[in-house]
Amino acid sequence: MTEIADKTARYVADFEAFARNGALGAPAWLRELRQGAIARFSELGFPTTKQEEWRFTSVAPIADARFTLQHAARSPLPGHADIERLCVGAGPRVVFVDGRHVPALSTPAELTGGARAGSLAAALRTGADSELTRTHLARHARWRDSAFAALNTAFLADGAFVHVPADVTLGQPLEVVFLSTGQSGSDGPIVSHPRSLIVVERGARAVVVETYAGLSDGVYWSNAVTEVAVGEGARVEVYRVQQEGPRGLQIATTHSRQERDSYLGLHVLTLGAALARHDINAVLDGPGAELILNGLYLLSGGQHADHHTVIDHAQPHCASHEFFNGVLAERAHGVFNGRIIVRPGAQRTDSKQTNNNLLLSTEARADSQPQLEIYADDVKCTHGSTVGPIDQTQLYYLRSRGLSPEAARSILTYGFGAEILDRMQHPDVRERLDRLVRARLG
Amino acid sequence: MSKSKHPLLQVKNLHATAEGREILKGVDLTVNTGEVHAIMGPNGSGKSTLAQVLAGHPAYAVTAGQVLYEGKDLLAMPPEERAREGVFLAFQYPVAIRGITNAYFLRSAVNAIRKHRGDEELGPVEFMDALDEKLKAIGWDSSYLTRPVNDGFSGGEKKRNEILQLAVLDPKLAILDETDSGLDIDALKTVARTVDKLRRPDNATVLVTHYYRILTHIEPDLVHVLAGGKIVKSGGKELALELEEKGYDWLREEAVVA
Repeated sequence: MTEIADKTARYVADFEAFARNGALGAPAWLRELRQGAIARFSELGFPTTKQEEWRFTSVAPIADARFTLQHAARSPLPGHADIERLCVGAGPRVVFVDGRHVPALSTPAELTGGARAGSLAAALRTGADSELTRTHLARHARWRDSAFAALNTAFLADGAFVHVPADVTLGQPLEVVFLSTGQSGSDGPIVSHPRSLIVVERGARAVVVETYAGLSDGVYWSNAVTEVAVGEGARVEVYRVQQEGPRGLQIATTHSRQERDSYLGLHVLTLGAALARHDINAVLDGPGAELILNGLYLLSGGQHADHHTVIDHAQPHCASHEFFNGVLAERAHGVFNGRIIVRPGAQRTDSKQTNNNLLLSTEARADSQPQLEIYADDVKCTHGSTVGPIDQTQLYYLRSRGLSPEAARSILTYGFGAEILDRMQHPDVRERLDRLVRARLG
Repeated sequence: MSKSKHPLLQVKNLHATAEGREILKGVDLTVNTGEVHAIMGPNGSGKSTLAQVLAGHPAYAVTAGQVLYEGKDLLAMPPEERAREGVFLAFQYPVAIRGITNAYFLRSAVNAIRKHRGDEELGPVEFMDALDEKLKAIGWDSSYLTRPVNDGFSGGEKKRNEILQLAVLDPKLAILDETDSGLDIDALKTVARTVDKLRRPDNATVLVTHYYRILTHIEPDLVHVLAGGKIVKSGGKELALELEEKGYDWLREEAVVA
């Protein structure tokens, strides 16, 4: 207990300093929220591998170290070239460096049709947006269940704010970029708590690309939370690209809530960080909602990435299709845990989940755990997972057509990724992610 | 190379095992250029094993005998080299590969072979142009090219896909392992027509089949019966008709008596 208290106490102390300084201008509801969240964090403490949800992932590299908030702006700031390299196109973008919004690298927040994409800090200050944030912020994320989401909420200060009003269609993908410099502060390595809120109202359409990237091989911790609210009949695609630095540590949570007849495509590409944990909690909260959860993790060296997904069918007549593929080379370790909950009364649920893992070395490891919790009787739920090396029959088939073993292996490995890429609907985004995958697989 | 008929494939006393069990027990077979051979036989006689051994399937071990292809030691070549030298096996059970489009797969195969021959590799556009006619021949539109290799294909579609590969890769020695099984009559005709069109004086085809049916569309020069891991009888196309009428049992008896 004392040890846990020690580890959390540092953050509680940091929080008190934070609450005294920068956070004073915040509205009362936000100050209360933060207070509640830090209290919850210190109750929960950092998770250990003794907890079922964390049995394959040790957060010791985070819990045993000391990460501090970055107070001053970075100098020099990353340049436009760094941003261009990470963006899909030349559309609207919101850029953060070590958790701070950088207007010079971002486009103006106002978009066509009254839509907005800017900093959450600014949204919290202004009238109409402030009301919206109050309605949605921390309403979708279950921060009470997670020490990391609680800590993010306690230090909630800035991140992306995206609002697409009813019936508005965003013409171009909107890009949110969180860069980590990997530079340490005066008290050692730093932590940032990016917080994003994406609200897409009734009948609106949007494509959002979230990119998390490291700019160096320094040690840092990024503790992100994204909330996505999808209104009735809205259609949203969210792409999340994780390219943190080789010694970066990333804990992230994506929470989505969908209303009636809405569509959400949530695509995940995990490439970076020494240690990454991504929790996705998706709630289908209106009849006729459809969710595609489509993820790919490509890991090598000693990388560890853990994806925990919970799909919550809270209403009848919803469909969720989940596909996660992993390609694990060298000593990499991939973890997938996929839980599907079908609530009482959520009849006619159609849910499918697959997780396939390709092991490219004998030292690579994958743990895959599907979990179904079904409390309704008229449902269609299937799941399946595989872990294994390259299929010898496929290899032989390709060789029998003249391909060298190396070329055949490379094609089969790429196929694992391409299967996921093929489900990405936006052509420009897919093409960019395809390039990243090809570059990674060599 | 000489235009006159010469041996393309010479199988001599071939013995092969799978998981330690001997399946081929001394196969002898010579296929000359310009010829079509049919290999028939009951289930479990070793027909598919023979086809797979010729293509280089790693699950089979050759324990004795020799195979010469254009006078070269075929068994010493890895599967990809056999393919590049012009050997093609149409699989009885074509393999599905998710995530890879048929077009990409076909182009990779064509280019691997072109590169080996010293020809320039084809880009995506040139390749599609070259493919157009072959696609039409098997009655397909280009939608089959953007689908993942054999993934979600019906049995008949998989077989057609093998024949498309055959047409695109234009091998010297084509071995068709029960390509006719499970095909409806229209598909069978399409397959047979495509194979027939590829016949030239400098190439050869080996049809491994269970049924007489396909031989009414592709006329073989020689018919062999494989039983118990050996070729027990060879003859002209009339042998196929005899088998169709009498089955295989009489051959087993004949073999025992002999």
